[in-house]
Amino acid sequence: MQPFTTLTAIAVPMHEANIDTNQLCPTRFNKVPRGPKYREILFYDSRFKPDGTPTEFMLNAAPYDQSGIIVADRNFGCGSSRETAVYALYEFGIRCVIAPSFGDIFAANCAKNGLLALTLPEEQCAAIRRQLQDQPGATVSVDLAAQTVTDVQGKAHKFEIHEVRKRCLLEGLDDIARTQQYSDRIAGFENHYYKDRPWLGAAARSR
Amino acid sequence: MNKPQTIIEKLWNSHHILTDEGESLMYVDVALAQENTLHAFTELEKTGRQVLKPGQIYAFTDHYVPTTGRAKGTDGIPDIGIRNMVIDMQDMAKKYGVTLFGMAHEQQGIMHIVPPEQGIIQPGLFVIGNDSHTSTHGAFGCLAYGVGASEFAHVMATQALWQRKPKTMRVTIDGELGFGVTAKDVILALIAQIGVDGATGHAIEYAGSTIRNLSMEGRMTICNMSIEAGARVGLIAPDDKTFAYVEGKPYAPKGKAWTQALEAWRALATDEGAAFDKEVKLDASKIAPTATWGISPEQALPVTGVVPDPAGIKDAKKRSEYETAIEYMGLRAGMALQDIRLDRVFIGSCTNGRIEDLRAAAAVAKHGKAQVMTWVVPGSMAVKRQAEAEGLDQVFIKAGFEWRDPGCSLCTAINGDNLQPGERCASTSNRNFRNRQGPGGRTHLLSPAMAAAAAIKGHLTDVREIIK
Repeated sequence: MQPFTTLTAIAVPMHEANIDTNQLCPTRFNKVPRGPKYREILFYDSRFKPDGTPTEFMLNAAPYDQSGIIVADRNFGCGSSRETAVYALYEFGIRCVIAPSFGDIFAANCAKNGLLALTLPEEQCAAIRRQLQDQPGATVSVDLAAQTVTDVQGKAHKFEIHEVRKRCLLEGLDDIARTQQYSDRIAGFENHYYKDRPWLGAAARSR
Repeated sequence: MNKPQTIIEKLWNSHHILTDEGESLMYVDVALAQENTLHAFTELEKTGRQVLKPGQIYAFTDHYVPTTGRAKGTDGIPDIGIRNMVIDMQDMAKKYGVTLFGMAHEQQGIMHIVPPEQGIIQPGLFVIGNDSHTSTHGAFGCLAYGVGASEFAHVMATQALWQRKPKTMRVTIDGELGFGVTAKDVILALIAQIGVDGATGHAIEYAGSTIRNLSMEGRMTICNMSIEAGARVGLIAPDDKTFAYVEGKPYAPKGKAWTQALEAWRALATDEGAAFDKEVKLDASKIAPTATWGISPEQALPVTGVVPDPAGIKDAKKRSEYETAIEYMGLRAGMALQDIRLDRVFIGSCTNGRIEDLRAAAAVAKHGKAQVMTWVVPGSMAVKRQAEAEGLDQVFIKAGFEWRDPGCSLCTAINGDNLQPGERCASTSNRNFRNRQGPGGRTHLLSPAMAAAAAIKGHLTDVREIIK
């Protein structure tokens, strides 16, 4: 996983609440193997007409075709657990989404792919979106170590993030490797667990 | 005396391996995969990792399988991309030795319908699934999480999952359900009340007399849609109904083991006096048969209602949400929901594809003939056989409904079953997002009985007027 440290990028404002993962990656594209094709898949049904010609959707034209950050409204990434939604953001070049709240599964999926799903209060998100509306193509900066977002006017906003999520993103750490350090603890737990639950025969068959 | 605990805390503590930097490593009993889980297997392949406990991983073919014309097996799937998803998943399951309910399996069906039928789901388990509707299994008193491909790969490699303890929310629903009102109406009414992010960051326990009185099928419908209120987990304490459902199922404990299990399962319920971070109450007697009118599950109303007028809404953001929804759905503010004419009806999905759902739909279908194309897609082969044994298939066929093979079908619309642009569908599924049932498709969520009523009238209809 590619580490996330600092980022200064064109930020695209998205005013709509509840942007779901079906919009980020329409269902029929879930079968596409991970890779560059996902660049086109992001918001496909908003970006392309049924005949495949591009729409006026803002990600299709300069400056937003170079966006690295989305500033959104509440409940971004709600709905389906599809990680392809994150593949699509990633391949498009989005490395950070700033919103008042996220779908829980989506936020977890972002963290596993080096993408920062960053929470700021609703008013601050709205204020940054207004700045971006006034200055299309303006950049926003994110410093993960310092936990700050610097908006278009240069104002810094402090954000909260769980220590582990922060460290994994900063180091680009592979989660499975981290867990495998604890293999003995897992095995020890398992022994006790099944001894106390002799009825779990079906699951125990594999041991 | 020990501090009283919620069922959520009890389940959490019993699966907690260790804490590291404020995150908990949790032991996973059962993991459920579907064809899209190929992305997780690909991750494993790339890193050369193995599946640690194949006996605890179950793979289902449901999202991509056709719901008609199965005589030729996977060879009969016309679209090569779709066909390969089914074939590749089946191959991957065999390669890694996980239990496969493949397309030709006599117990084939949806990943949230088959595991309970088989007794794979038992009270007290930590279940994860590569699908957001995994919360369904909370109906058995399980902690059941939907996860993405990376977390699923992590579970396959380690049989454990890193989590932070969710906040807890108790939704207490008391009172008797009115005539024609079902579990689906209850969950739609709840989401309308608390909103699609009303439970984000929380695990929900559903409690109260209404929940106790629901069948296991009804409880699964409720837990299934927890994610539509933002909750990754939604569960119900197990009781005698739960135990009766599990008893005798193929994977259920037997003999002495059953007695031991029962004793442990009876201790799972939330202790008297345990505190929740949030409490929500709902009066079941006030819930009417419900349908969604918009593009978010929270945009739901009693079927006797009218499409809201955005002009009357003060909050600018909400007003614009309503305007967007009305425009996409091709409706007029103020029109009666019952005047909304339909092109299609879909009865099925992990929300409402169980035997009780089909019985409810058939009871209404008896009263007329389909006015629009209407599909009934059972949730599993077992549901299909049971329905046929009861003659429900004949009721549907006589009413002009199509009786199909099990799968996710028109809920997730990825197997080739989908709406045409602009088509409007009354659907017993779980999401009415734009383009969900196909690009440009329009979805109205409702219960199986309401869907059957809509089918025989050709428009959204109050089911109470048909089955008086």
